Amino acid sequence: MSAAPDTGPSSRLPGGPMIGRVLERLGLGGRGLVIAIPTLWLLLFFLIPFLVVAKISLSEAAIARPPYLPVWEWVDGVLSVNLNFGNYLFLLEDPLYLSAYIESIKIAGISTFIALLIGYPMAYLIARSPENQRNLLLMLVVLPFWTSFLLRVYAWIGFLKANGIINNFLMWTGIIDEPLIMLQTDFAVYIGIVYSYLPFMILPLYANLVKLDQSYLEASADLGARPATTFLTVTLPLSASGIIAGCMLVFIPAVGEFVIPALLGGPDTLMIGRVLWDEFFSNRDWPIASAVAIVMLFVLVIPIMLLRKAQSADEGAS
Amino acid sequence: MSEGRPTTDVKPWADPNATPFLQIKNVTKKFGAFTAVDNVSLDIYKGEIFCLLGGSGCGKSTLLRMLSGFETPTSGQIIVDGQDQAGIPPYARPTNMMFQSYALFPHMTVEKNIAYGLKRDGLPKNEIATRVTDMLSLVQMDQFAARKPHQLSGGQRQRVALARSLVKKPKLLMLDEPLGALDKKLREETQFELIKIQESLGVTFVVVTHDQEEAMTLSSRIGVMTAGQIVQTGTPHEIYEYPQSRFVADFIGSVNIFDGRVIEDGKDHVVISSKELGADIFVPHGISGVEGQKLAVAVRPEKVRISKSNLSDLRNKVTGTIDEIAYMGNSSVFQVRLDSGKRVRVTQSNLTRDNDDLTWDDRVFVGWADDAGVVVAS
Repeated sequence: MSAAPDTGPSSRLPGGPMIGRVLERLGLGGRGLVIAIPTLWLLLFFLIPFLVVAKISLSEAAIARPPYLPVWEWVDGVLSVNLNFGNYLFLLEDPLYLSAYIESIKIAGISTFIALLIGYPMAYLIARSPENQRNLLLMLVVLPFWTSFLLRVYAWIGFLKANGIINNFLMWTGIIDEPLIMLQTDFAVYIGIVYSYLPFMILPLYANLVKLDQSYLEASADLGARPATTFLTVTLPLSASGIIAGCMLVFIPAVGEFVIPALLGGPDTLMIGRVLWDEFFSNRDWPIASAVAIVMLFVLVIPIMLLRKAQSADEGAS
Repeated sequence: MSEGRPTTDVKPWADPNATPFLQIKNVTKKFGAFTAVDNVSLDIYKGEIFCLLGGSGCGKSTLLRMLSGFETPTSGQIIVDGQDQAGIPPYARPTNMMFQSYALFPHMTVEKNIAYGLKRDGLPKNEIATRVTDMLSLVQMDQFAARKPHQLSGGQRQRVALARSLVKKPKLLMLDEPLGALDKKLREETQFELIKIQESLGVTFVVVTHDQEEAMTLSSRIGVMTAGQIVQTGTPHEIYEYPQSRFVADFIGSVNIFDGRVIEDGKDHVVISSKELGADIFVPHGISGVEGQKLAVAVRPEKVRISKSNLSDLRNKVTGTIDEIAYMGNSSVFQVRLDSGKRVRVTQSNLTRDNDDLTWDDRVFVGWADDAGVVVAS
């Protein structure tokens, strides 16, 4: 009998049995390998940068290169660790930061709500339109992504400025006598954020609404519910997970948004993204900038956890 | 097939003075160039279980959807209890529907699903609670009130859907393939329960089904549909024993059909010569036809007798060879190849335990009594 020895699942891995066996010893079978790639990705591009930023946030600013003092030092066999929590205390002391956080959350929250109000009917209409038209309509929603984000925000300046398209048109029709001040206001920031992030609201809502079984709506009507009641009692609750997903996808990036308030907002539009930029590049205070970033991350962790909960609840129900 | 049903003794459709509860008058529904429902007229009486029976695409579901208001007839009138339904939206109609997919709201418990319709009517809370509890016990789902639909089995969902559609005490309940999603055994049990519930509440049922067995067991009357038209309306017995067309004869149960030509057109009998059968068929009643007219005779397999000996008491008989035998337990099904080449299906009850005198390749006589066959247009 010369039966080949059973090499187990490692023999099925690419790279021959040798590499397979090494990977196996590291606890990486075929399945492990699939999970390992995204894990490695997150480790390299999320966890390590996060730790670096966390480390800088605990150091002290200095005129040096890099512009902060080391957190730990090894001198003559002595390890000295200097953890400077002063940066975080400073964030609490100066009301600028707190109001910037609140302002960011407010602007992001209101923008998200407006995007929901605009995006929901659009997603609903696309989901209810004939099947052969849906892809075209979705294409139109995604089409702006083919142009650079920065360019599209710049384009809004041309619309909103004092002698921009909107003002010129309104003055030409005689509705107004002097230009409206729209650029460099919060109004312009809302327009920029809602415009830029609307597709992120529409796409998850569409994915949810297109699955909605028409017979639920018919059953509701059959049982005596008017269309508005059906919407509130059946359509809306059944699309809750899509609403949460869409809102998170708009809210999370909007909180940390820098480009839109910088280009469209006024000097008094205080968003945390701009504060961060100023601390980092204008003040060259890396530790404070890092602390601002870390706090922002924790502010966002709560909605992210809500999103995950909604997703798992959705999977459980279907 | 519907023995023991007290309602079958009452035949409002046979009474010319009875007012129909649901009147469908010349209803047509077109989708573009396609006519889904073609000039259907139908009267349904209070307390009936009326089945619309037909294959897929015959228009039965479209007709049902027009009754509940989800589709608007292209022309024609639908009158429920004297009230024209035209222009009345689904939520304002006195009818309810049990959906084929049940369409139970997945985000609500069983209790909330059943209460949904009552809440829309703005009934007081305690009345809603009482009626939901009554309905739950009627369909024997008391213990499952707090469950969500995805925690229920198919049979349980069916009960909840029935309860939800009945709780508003509709004048007319439409059921779209009510038992289609259940397995065979459960379906048989549920059929009788459905009849029991219908009788206890006195609601008029309109059932859509493609399952002829379901239609036979459930209904007081059946309307057989094909290509958007109702081709025959009648009790299950009438539909089975007196089909008016070849389609109905063929669609309901299995049947042997022999094409032929009238060769003798008497006042009280006709003789049809059938090349297919290889013999003449004697029909003991006159028909409204002429000599030479092409007709067909339909004979149910259980009415055909089979024997090795000459069936001397029968006029309509031929000889053939047994091709196939299927033993079904309670009966046996024989495929007999006639000398003319045509195959005939014969069902024989297994009256004795050992009934094996007939076997493959036996030469046999097959025949049927004069009145066993039905003349249909060919």
